Amino acid sequence: MIDRADIAFEVNGAAISVNVPPLRRLSSVLRDELRLTGTKVGCDAGDCGACTVLVDGDPVCACLMSAASASGTAVTTVEGLANGRLSALQASFLAHGAAQCGICTPALLVAATALLEKKPNPTETEVQDALGGILCRCTGYRKIIAAVMDASLQAASLDFRLPQSGQAIGSSPIRLDGVPKVTGGEKFGGDSFPADALAVLVVRSPHYHASFAFGDLDSWAKHHPGVAGVFTAADIPGKNCFGVIGPFADQPALATGFARLRGEAVALVAGEREAILDLDLSDFPVRWTELPHVLQPCDAQASGAKLIHDNRPANLLTSGFVERGDPEAALAGAAVTVSGAIDTSYVEHAYIEPEAGYAYMEGDTLVVVACTQAPYMDRDDTAKVLGLAVDKVRIVPTATGGGFGSKLDVSLQPLIGLVALKTGRPAALAYTRNESMISTTKRHPAEMKATIGADADGHVTGMIFAGDFNTGAYASWGPTVANRVPVHASGPYATPNYRAEGRAIHTHGPISGAFRGFGVPQATIMQETLYDELAGKLGMDRLDFRLRNCLRNGSETVTGQRLDSGVGIAECLESLQSHWARATADVDAFNSANTEKKRGVGIASCWYGCGNTSLPNPSTIRVGVVASGDIILHQGAVDIGQGSNTVITQICADALGLPLEKFRLKSADTAITPDAGKTSASRQTFVTGKAAEKAGHALREKILRFANVSEKAFLQLDGSAIVIREGEATRRIDLTTLDVDADGFVFRAEETYDPPTLPLDAKGQGKPYAVYGYGAQIAELEVDLKLGTVKLIKITAAHDVGKAINPLLVEGQIEGGIAQGIGMALMEEYIPGRTENLHDYLIPTIGDVPPIETILIEVPDPEGPFGAKGLGEHVLIPTAPAILNAIRHATGVLVTKVPATPTRILAAIREKEARL
Amino acid sequence: MRADLHDAGSGTNSGFDNSCRLDIICIRMNLTSADGWQGLSKYPFLEGPLFGRQSVIRYAKPTTVDEALDLLGEGAWRILAGGTDFYPAQGSKPFRDNVLDINGLAELRGTVETDSHWVIGARTTWTDIVRHPLPPAFDALKQAAREVGSAQIQNVASVAGNLCNASPAADGVPGLLILDAEVELRSAAATRYLPLQDFILGNRRTALQPGEMITAIRVPKPAASGTSAFVKLGARRYLVISIAMVAARLVVDNGIVTEAAVAVGSCSAVAKRLASVEAALRGLPADHRLAAAAQAAPMGELAPIADVRGSAEYRLDAVREIVARAVLMAAGQMTGDKVAA
Repeated sequence: MIDRADIAFEVNGAAISVNVPPLRRLSSVLRDELRLTGTKVGCDAGDCGACTVLVDGDPVCACLMSAASASGTAVTTVEGLANGRLSALQASFLAHGAAQCGICTPALLVAATALLEKKPNPTETEVQDALGGILCRCTGYRKIIAAVMDASLQAASLDFRLPQSGQAIGSSPIRLDGVPKVTGGEKFGGDSFPADALAVLVVRSPHYHASFAFGDLDSWAKHHPGVAGVFTAADIPGKNCFGVIGPFADQPALATGFARLRGEAVALVAGEREAILDLDLSDFPVRWTELPHVLQPCDAQASGAKLIHDNRPANLLTSGFVERGDPEAALAGAAVTVSGAIDTSYVEHAYIEPEAGYAYMEGDTLVVVACTQAPYMDRDDTAKVLGLAVDKVRIVPTATGGGFGSKLDVSLQPLIGLVALKTGRPAALAYTRNESMISTTKRHPAEMKATIGADADGHVTGMIFAGDFNTGAYASWGPTVANRVPVHASGPYATPNYRAEGRAIHTHGPISGAFRGFGVPQATIMQETLYDELAGKLGMDRLDFRLRNCLRNGSETVTGQRLDSGVGIAECLESLQSHWARATADVDAFNSANTEKKRGVGIASCWYGCGNTSLPNPSTIRVGVVASGDIILHQGAVDIGQGSNTVITQICADALGLPLEKFRLKSADTAITPDAGKTSASRQTFVTGKAAEKAGHALREKILRFANVSEKAFLQLDGSAIVIREGEATRRIDLTTLDVDADGFVFRAEETYDPPTLPLDAKGQGKPYAVYGYGAQIAELEVDLKLGTVKLIKITAAHDVGKAINPLLVEGQIEGGIAQGIGMALMEEYIPGRTENLHDYLIPTIGDVPPIETILIEVPDPEGPFGAKGLGEHVLIPTAPAILNAIRHATGVLVTKVPATPTRILAAIREKEARL
Repeated sequence: MRADLHDAGSGTNSGFDNSCRLDIICIRMNLTSADGWQGLSKYPFLEGPLFGRQSVIRYAKPTTVDEALDLLGEGAWRILAGGTDFYPAQGSKPFRDNVLDINGLAELRGTVETDSHWVIGARTTWTDIVRHPLPPAFDALKQAAREVGSAQIQNVASVAGNLCNASPAADGVPGLLILDAEVELRSAAATRYLPLQDFILGNRRTALQPGEMITAIRVPKPAASGTSAFVKLGARRYLVISIAMVAARLVVDNGIVTEAAVAVGSCSAVAKRLASVEAALRGLPADHRLAAAAQAAPMGELAPIADVRGSAEYRLDAVREIVARAVLMAAGQMTGDKVAA
């Protein structure tokens, strides 16, 4: 411990003095002492840049600067950028949709402000150079670049673009939750810890597999002043077993006796914040006995392999299976067949906000305030572990700084809940980056094989697919991956004879769970790279081949589901034809003039069922009018950056027939808002949107009935009155004269929607989804044949979203999904024990995402609200296979293990040279 | 437990773990509590020491180099300069080392020209290097400076820290090696100069003696001649640890290469000058044929390993290419196309 000192500096123009240890990180001083929580902490290592502030005008990482070094300087944080009103840059960010979750936004704004001071009209390269040290996981960066370049054009006042009544659908208002994201006011999981909260440390397994025994914990605690308690599995009052899919639940909140993965939590230490900051856990009394471990599915499946869970023979968690027709016969009779194998790697979600939250007791109710994608699931699992009734647990979601699937599972909720429950004091915890990476879920590594055959006319006749997915130590969403993959592995193509199996296999590796696409991105790499090979063998153009085979209205899917309408994949592919021709010509011209670098163009498609696979997943929306004339929308679809706060409101507004500006949102707090399900499976726009549409209609119905007018009437809010016009007649309802219910509503409606699906039979036949979305992307790139490096030139993305409720947010989803697809294709490979930080684990920077041209296709789905389909996951799926296909086009080699790193690409090129 | 995980994270990494932008100077010696108190009594500017539960921890921020050297002579200190590796190395662990904060030493920041040398103060940041007018021989170093971490890192990270951290992937080292740079090491008792290649001994190992710190990096004037270029190979565009990197400097007289210096980083435990490549280039016309000559020369100094960034085979293969490109760029035969993807 080092003595405190008075340290004086200027923050946002105001002189301040703090009494802190001189080596305290400036980020901590700003956040914890000055409560300027707009400066975020994403890694504490300079790898993400989320803590960027200006010190005497220059950007620095506040996590790498001591308080002592800040002494005497002038510090500018995001809170200092707005001077009574938004700066032009802040407004430009909102106008361009450059902030999604908003966790990296303060850093980007601060660094860009420094750039704009010097260069008011920067070039794209200057923007990239200035912002290259700040990672964003949501946006794909393109809108950020545009927002900075256009900042000087931004009008003095921001037009919020709020649409007229009835015009919300299809418009792109400034996102309703946008302003706090650019001012630093948004509160994420770690931004509102109570000052008196106990700090919590998690003791984790350093081994992949080990038994452990504790020493004298009480004595240890007593010898460490400020430690309020140590908690282990023995302290857990409920069932120490959680999991997102009830029948597969298998994960202890705190391990009992042995740990199945590196990073598994085994004990909690809670104490006063300063004491915990100075606590060295190296003398914590736990004795580890390392046990043999397996990290590869083949080893886990080897005969005699030890079982990771006794009740799961052969370490098989579960498998999914779809079969249709006679695939063997079809392949035997095919004019051409192709076979291949593709392996993929663990992919880390790498949201910039590590898991964070606090818990406290409110009477006999445990309240957990934390970032999440699934508040009701958090509530149920936390209650189960802590032995509480579900109505004695309240989950209050904070803003969530990216999720992408991993924040569907509980992480710290039962841990901080246990401390609050046991001590009666608030308990707070923000995971370190390392802790977040080692203990939370990943994308499943896949080992896939497939054979596809086509007739001489280029019609696909049969396909056989088998994929093993490394599901890690616990079930999490492994069953979903095993089930989704066989349903989708055909791609959006008519495949009359088909067999696909997906198996989720336990290892002692990181837990694989949900990650944008649930295994479908992996399977699509297998299928789409084989499609290129098939087209080649048939002598067909690669795009034409896909058009010939794509699903159409009236097609049957591999699960035997007849798609009567709303199938937009052909429209997506057709919209790309002119781009394909242009790109192919560009590539040919370049390649005829260059030898050391070669360009390539690739294409791939996607389809993806929206919502749970053959399982119920209802959403409920409550909306009402209060006497003041506001519309209160209980918007339970957690917005993790994708925009549900805005989109669900737009849908409800037009269904109700009242303007967006009258809406006030209530959050997905489980105590006040009905369950709108998890933010997952590309379901919120479709499922919760549909509930919002129904609720809007129902509320409208009630008002019209009260006014005794027909449904053709127009509604208008005029102060605390509703004015209703029908033809020449006008009625005015004074809301203040109406009865008010317990929730304050004078009119209210609540509607639930659950998509109509049917179970899959033993052969995987049935109707797993009510709605599918479609898309296709073209990748253009250049490969340096001497180095194996790839420079992306352009991505052109056509996505059928049914109806773009908010086109700007749709574009944002597409660009962000593509960026994650780029990472998966070229650089992202999580290796436990080796890449547990954001400098060894690489995600794309602002210099790695090329220009993206988005083409929105709107083939309405009769089931979706206003025809809308989901798209959040679809957008990532085609990117990696399109890139791999383009690399093959450029080089003649297919890289069969992703990511296609320079090492792998050059090795493949060398291998091909050796064959020649 | 946190310590275990952190250590395992880097310790089991067979590669050039961690970053190219570190700036701590770590000296480990035994320290008695009595030394601590003496230190305090001599230096009223000290904020410490404190006797914590586990250990005595001192924090000092001297304002003159002499004061700093006196303190260094008293015991073991971690030196804090830019902090860009000090904090990542610390992670969330509590401080248990004495910390000598040299950010009060104004005299150690900046670059000056003497009759015999260009002298870069130990605390000079990478941004300072980029902004300071220097001869074209320093272009490679300036280009490298822009690749050290991110702009935020470059604004505070010090040149000396990059050397003291002794990462095989330190972006700053090849650009200094081709300038025949030497480090100025001072202790309370003595000042000595070591060629840079004799200072960095291995992965995370230097010749720094107890009580010493780097006070400057010196480039002899004769080596500051000619033109130079730096090529970095990484798996993404920004904020990336090099898979391999090359700095090259050529002196060309009447179209003939009279002097050549080529150094490679990330392909051996310590960045290396390539003697055979340099010899092969000397006497050649400064045109595109330099590439083939560079590629054909032995590069026996290199002994790359496989790590998460690339295989050993890949490094050996790719480095030949980027050596050639750096040489061509230094000769003005090729523009500085960014190699990083």
